Amino acid sequence: MSNNLLELRGVTKRFASVRALTRVDLDLQAGEILALLGENGAGKSTLVKVLAGVHRPDEGRILIEGREVRLADPSEAQKHGISIIYQEFSLVPHLSACENIFLGRERRTPWGLLDRSAMRREARALLQRLGVDLDASRLVSQLSIAEQQFVEIAKALGRSARILILDEPTATLTGGEVKRLFAVMRELQRTGVAMIFISHHLDEIFQIAGRVHCLRDGRSVGIRPVSECTPQELVRLIAGRDIIHEFPARPATPPGPVILKVKRLQLEPRLPAVSFGLREGEILGFAGLVGSGRTEVVRALLGADRAHVRDVTCHDRPFDPSTPADSRARGIGLLPEDRRHQGLILPFSVAENVVITNLSALRHPVGGWLSRRRGESAVLRLVNRLSIRASSTRQPASTLSGGNQQKVVIAKWLFADCRILVFDEPTRGIDVGARSEIYGLMRSLTAQGRSIIMVSSELPEVVGMSDRVIVMRQHRIERTIDRAEEITAENIMYYATGGHIA
Amino acid sequence: MPPADTSPEAGNPGAGRLQPLRNFFRRNPLTYSLVGLVLLGVAMSFLSGEFLSPANLSNVLRQVSVNAIIAVGMTIVILTGGIDLSVGAVMALGMTTAAGAMLAGAPPFLAIILALLMGLVCGAVNGVLVAYVRLPAIIVTLAMMEIPRGAALLYTKGYPLSGLPESFAFWGRGQVFGIETPILIMLAVFGIAYVMLNHFPVGRYLYGIGGNEEAVRLSGIRVRRYQFLAYLLSGLTAAISGIVLSSRLMSGQPNAGGGFELDAIAAVVLGGTSITGGRGHILGTLVGALMLGMLNNGLNLMEVSPYAQMVLKGAIIILAIYASTGKNSDR
Repeated sequence: MSNNLLELRGVTKRFASVRALTRVDLDLQAGEILALLGENGAGKSTLVKVLAGVHRPDEGRILIEGREVRLADPSEAQKHGISIIYQEFSLVPHLSACENIFLGRERRTPWGLLDRSAMRREARALLQRLGVDLDASRLVSQLSIAEQQFVEIAKALGRSARILILDEPTATLTGGEVKRLFAVMRELQRTGVAMIFISHHLDEIFQIAGRVHCLRDGRSVGIRPVSECTPQELVRLIAGRDIIHEFPARPATPPGPVILKVKRLQLEPRLPAVSFGLREGEILGFAGLVGSGRTEVVRALLGADRAHVRDVTCHDRPFDPSTPADSRARGIGLLPEDRRHQGLILPFSVAENVVITNLSALRHPVGGWLSRRRGESAVLRLVNRLSIRASSTRQPASTLSGGNQQKVVIAKWLFADCRILVFDEPTRGIDVGARSEIYGLMRSLTAQGRSIIMVSSELPEVVGMSDRVIVMRQHRIERTIDRAEEITAENIMYYATGGHIA
Repeated sequence: MPPADTSPEAGNPGAGRLQPLRNFFRRNPLTYSLVGLVLLGVAMSFLSGEFLSPANLSNVLRQVSVNAIIAVGMTIVILTGGIDLSVGAVMALGMTTAAGAMLAGAPPFLAIILALLMGLVCGAVNGVLVAYVRLPAIIVTLAMMEIPRGAALLYTKGYPLSGLPESFAFWGRGQVFGIETPILIMLAVFGIAYVMLNHFPVGRYLYGIGGNEEAVRLSGIRVRRYQFLAYLLSGLTAAISGIVLSSRLMSGQPNAGGGFELDAIAAVVLGGTSITGGRGHILGTLVGALMLGMLNNGLNLMEVSPYAQMVLKGAIIILAIYASTGKNSDR
């Protein structure tokens, strides 16, 4: 008899003819934090969905405390104490934290009415168990992402979850919030909850996980204690080859003249104004904690959101876009962080997504109708140049991997011949292999004289890619780091957290 | 490197042997509706001997034309992810405007232009409120079910306006090369919409807005302008069908068109257009309208009671929608 809480034995799952999982074995003990590693498409989400009862395995057994179980649907998985915290939460925004925690199993008074005070008490106790200071009567829509995550976890605990699967919980958190989450996870670990933790960030795995379990092409390729691994080994395990944050070298040539001059950009009357300049051929990084106003500034700059004062010149001509259409006309494009919801039209094909930024280029000179042929060849050229991996240009954008979706968004703006590209979190949700490709592409774009503004929460990315860095804190530009040798993670964190003030 | 491109997780689980067939249908959603149309046609011809006679088929086409023309504008609005409940009322206002103008001595062609303008004005009101003021389409157009209808009733004091000049009859009763005018108008409206939606940039934008409005906006397209346009066109097609109907009846009836918005929506959805926007085909709407028309006609030939017809029609719509969307749901 093993003392495993959860065991998978030879689990295989096929979709049509594709094998998503092949004879996967997995053990999980009570009070253990197991990191599940693998590139996107390696089978992690399929495995999670098997445990969630969403997919039924074609072969293999699932055992909980040594007894075989069938997880036919999500409610059965829950009954066995398995809870999943997905990246996209399943909370109802207009209900309070407490109401969400008790959704579907509300406490009743003897009269059959809702027993609000009992629920509030229990919710408070659950949150306390997590060591979280959070008012359970607040609406979920008013909570930060991290707080929503805690509510999700509390909800799972309230349903007496013993096995918690956290699917990339840190992807949308700031450094401080990650620390809080880890504290909560350690607290749970102490009370015997077993956790499967999925993250693309190796440093987090070293901080929190006891063992790693790595999947590649749907197979288990390695299970080992974290203490016996180095980061390089893990990357080799994940990718099956050696690639780790290889950032392309900074160009030797100095960047050109300032082409976009932000003299005064103020989002709202009560917020401070910012000013900065963007040079030709440079990558200007925007660093700072989540909520420091980075994304807001660049979106307002492009007219994607409103600005109170927008005193900007582009190529020495005034630039005051009221919509992104005005920015596009001046050759500036936004690559939003949430590609699925803001960057792409998912039902459209690759080609249809690419050409939408500049359909006038495809119009017949006299009749004005669209010539598909013209579009096809231009799109094909971009697909090849950016090595977008799609079966054809007609493949729906929804079926592409994260990395390829980002490349399609880049292709959109190249099709419109934009000279300034504004990346918001360029590699969010993109796996290790595809990241280096995106980085290489960004460098090749600046080598052609295009300029890039890059908002990023990932310090290694900011440090590795930026020619200059603007560090924001509380909606203010705290510091602009101009000299490459001063662009270090420590420096950026120091200014972002206000370390120079403390 | 194998798995990055098409992650198997994105696929449709449990599809098995039917996958190729299902993919074909997904790529060509129009086939669903066409198969439905053919099945319905075969069924009707078995159930009723007269059904397949040329006279009856031409009859069906003419009867269908009024709803089909309205459904063109409805398709455009639904493709953008919106809805237009005001079409029946706008049609009635178009009818009474045309009739009223002619009774006041205006020549038919001027009356027609006035009716079209009236439709455009109603569409513009919807468009401004939805696209620029950002009110929910369902509420705006629900309110606009009342205003044009009320205006038409006020103007006519509730009575139909009859006694229209004989020359006006051409638009609803005339023939060109042996084909009845309403059918020709319907085909022309569909033809124009087809070219616009499939061969001009505006079409891509209208589809794109329904697929992901924010992505289209951030791609530098003036989204509101095209949303506005959709409602404007819906008002226009409602007015066109109002002209056809008033010419058919040779009167302007302020009470006409009640429930037409539902028939139009049914035609759009039966034609395979997604009610949430972004996907669909204008020719599907023609097929959908024909299905509804054949159903009405066939049931009438079989002398099914009109009350039972309503029940049957509703059931068939649900069945058809289930067949086309229920099966290939992605989750």
